[in-house]
Amino acid sequence: MHLAVARDAPPGRKDADLVQTRRVYDAARMRVALFSTCLVDALFPDAGKATVALLERLGQPLEFPLEQTCCGQMHANSGYFEPNLVRRYVDVFEPYDAIVVPSGSCAGAIRHQHQMIARAAHDEELATRAEAVGNKTYELSEFLIDVLHTDDVGAYFPHRVTYHPTCHSIRMLGVGDRPLRLLNNVRGIELVTLPNHDECCGFGGTFSIKNPDVSAAMLADKMEAVIETGAEVLCAGDRSCLMHIGGGLERIRAGVKTLHLAEILASTDTGT
Amino acid sequence: MTTTGELIWNDEGWPGPDFAHNAKRAVGNSQLRRNVRKATTTIRERRAGLVAETPDWQELRHAGAAIKDDVLHHLDRYLEQFEHAATAKGAHVHWARNAQEATQTVTNIVKATGHHEVIKVKSMATQEIGLVKALETQGITAHETDLAEMIIQLSHDRPSHIVVPALHRNRAEIRRIFSDHMPDAPKHLTDDPHELAEAARRHLRRLFLKTKVAVSGANFAIAETGGLLVAESEGNGRMCLTLPETLISVVGIEKLIPTFRDLEVFLQLLPRSSTGERMNPYNSIWTGVTENDGPQEIHIVLLDNGRTNALKDQIGRQALRCIRCAACLNVCPVYERTGGHAYGGTYPGPIGAILTPLLAGVDKAPELPFASSLCGACYEVCPVEIDIPTVLVKLRHDAVKAKPHRTQDATFAAAAQAMSGRRRWTAALKLAPLLRAVKHGAPPPLSRWTRTRDLPDPPHQPFRDWWTQNKK
Repeated sequence: MHLAVARDAPPGRKDADLVQTRRVYDAARMRVALFSTCLVDALFPDAGKATVALLERLGQPLEFPLEQTCCGQMHANSGYFEPNLVRRYVDVFEPYDAIVVPSGSCAGAIRHQHQMIARAAHDEELATRAEAVGNKTYELSEFLIDVLHTDDVGAYFPHRVTYHPTCHSIRMLGVGDRPLRLLNNVRGIELVTLPNHDECCGFGGTFSIKNPDVSAAMLADKMEAVIETGAEVLCAGDRSCLMHIGGGLERIRAGVKTLHLAEILASTDTGT
Repeated sequence: MTTTGELIWNDEGWPGPDFAHNAKRAVGNSQLRRNVRKATTTIRERRAGLVAETPDWQELRHAGAAIKDDVLHHLDRYLEQFEHAATAKGAHVHWARNAQEATQTVTNIVKATGHHEVIKVKSMATQEIGLVKALETQGITAHETDLAEMIIQLSHDRPSHIVVPALHRNRAEIRRIFSDHMPDAPKHLTDDPHELAEAARRHLRRLFLKTKVAVSGANFAIAETGGLLVAESEGNGRMCLTLPETLISVVGIEKLIPTFRDLEVFLQLLPRSSTGERMNPYNSIWTGVTENDGPQEIHIVLLDNGRTNALKDQIGRQALRCIRCAACLNVCPVYERTGGHAYGGTYPGPIGAILTPLLAGVDKAPELPFASSLCGACYEVCPVEIDIPTVLVKLRHDAVKAKPHRTQDATFAAAAQAMSGRRRWTAALKLAPLLRAVKHGAPPPLSRWTRTRDLPDPPHQPFRDWWTQNKK
């Protein structure tokens, strides 16, 4: 089954698409898999748990195929193309109707890099399969709004929060204002705009190791912007960027906590 | 000098494209960071305003990319068409495979005129082949007439931006450069921009009136008519293109557009993207020789210098769509903090990080594709939709394949191995608690992280263990 969702449709997409999607969705309860990402699996399980809790609350059960490992983004962005990791992703997730990923950069890598990696290895068949699996892979905010058709998940989070739209989510995936629409509907939240919000935090995977001085200069400006908002919590849809900014904030003891979008959306007045 | 001329600066004082090294120095220079940030922010905001008022901007970008792709797919045909058309209009067309052939051709033409001085229009192609230096070794003095290029030339500096080459200089520095190096500078020059501009104007006017040979590049070469176009802001280009007796233009073979009509697209894209203007103050188009009007001897040197190499790269070839607007530099968070010199070659910024390795060979500049956080701001503003992040990743792949890095190769191979199956991955996850010991200070190369950031606290258990215990 293939979901009829207009991928690049702006928030006001055609009604026909919406109706079609809803029909497909309702007709057969989708089998949806969670791709936790290697980083969340290894270091930030709370983002994964929150994604599961949130989607279960919305009536969408998730499966977590244990054969999954990593999408290969870290390798690819460092110059190492690993067709085996692409093949693993495709093999593991091909049977599902949709795959939800709590990371803009991993979803971006799956949709935009997997085919290139397969082609570089002269594996056209894998490229074709990767494209199909990529087309049903959704970043969390896309899944909520485009597939489950909700921008109000009934969350409660009475804190001052600022949101950093990660580079790959806005520029590679084009999630637009989806995360902000979701956050705006959270009860009790005080959402403050992050100055120069669309500027990169300087992480860039191995960029932070290969060019530490430039990376640190970018991070310093991002932290200054975060602190200027007076927020208690910095939120983003990607734990990798948050690991970077959070690592910097922790070092200077800024007292700002970092939370994944899923963690805020999973939060309710009865606890998460 | 290498056969690629000035694409990469390998001479003394310029350690070439060792980006991390160059960037470290640049980041430490707070005056430079302020200068660059101020200039790029101004142009960036002007551009954004103009793009917002252009309702068909995205369609224009598609059109620009499509026209250039057509040219690149049929380059052989368009080049011959251009040569025939230009020759029919009285121009002499020359072909140059590399920097050396191009500089030799230009030198020969200038020598044949019997003159020893030329005036120059700002041009990336002549920069790339190192023309000014090459002419100098043959006893020919080339005067840059673009104000910023003149500042660079007078101070024996190098450009740091494609459109605003002296962006790293402030006006106090410029006053000093004029006073020290401009022979006819007024005695008591101040920092006043008008006064500085007037001094430059008087200096240049004398050159325009006496010099009989000019050298230019071209923004566009029109295959249909054999015409060339130069877009500029100061009018110095117009002077160079009309007053001398001989005009020599060095044009990269990717500068072609099929028809005159295609300018409709590019003359909307270029000024908005480059200087943040609706129109360039001067658009000069000349087509061969016009009898008794302007230069009576017209030469065009069509330059390859690595372009056909770039064309072979299926993913990288889109870089040849570039119209040198520098919009990608102005939005790049890396460029903003390092300035252009850190890229160690003619083309700085995101476009330089892909163009230099594509033209010169990735083995000559293996670090440049890594000079980016892959944030994608460059792609978003590119008027011809060059997917710079994707090309960067592809070139990283080429760089890694071209030269072994023992430790790094082994680390990534080990990680791939650990991720190659469920059992191995589950075993690898057990190593996470080791992070605790190095949270505030890890050994190299992770020390480059912990110098300014903490590492995360390892979790109580990996996500999959929680899943297996609670959900399965």
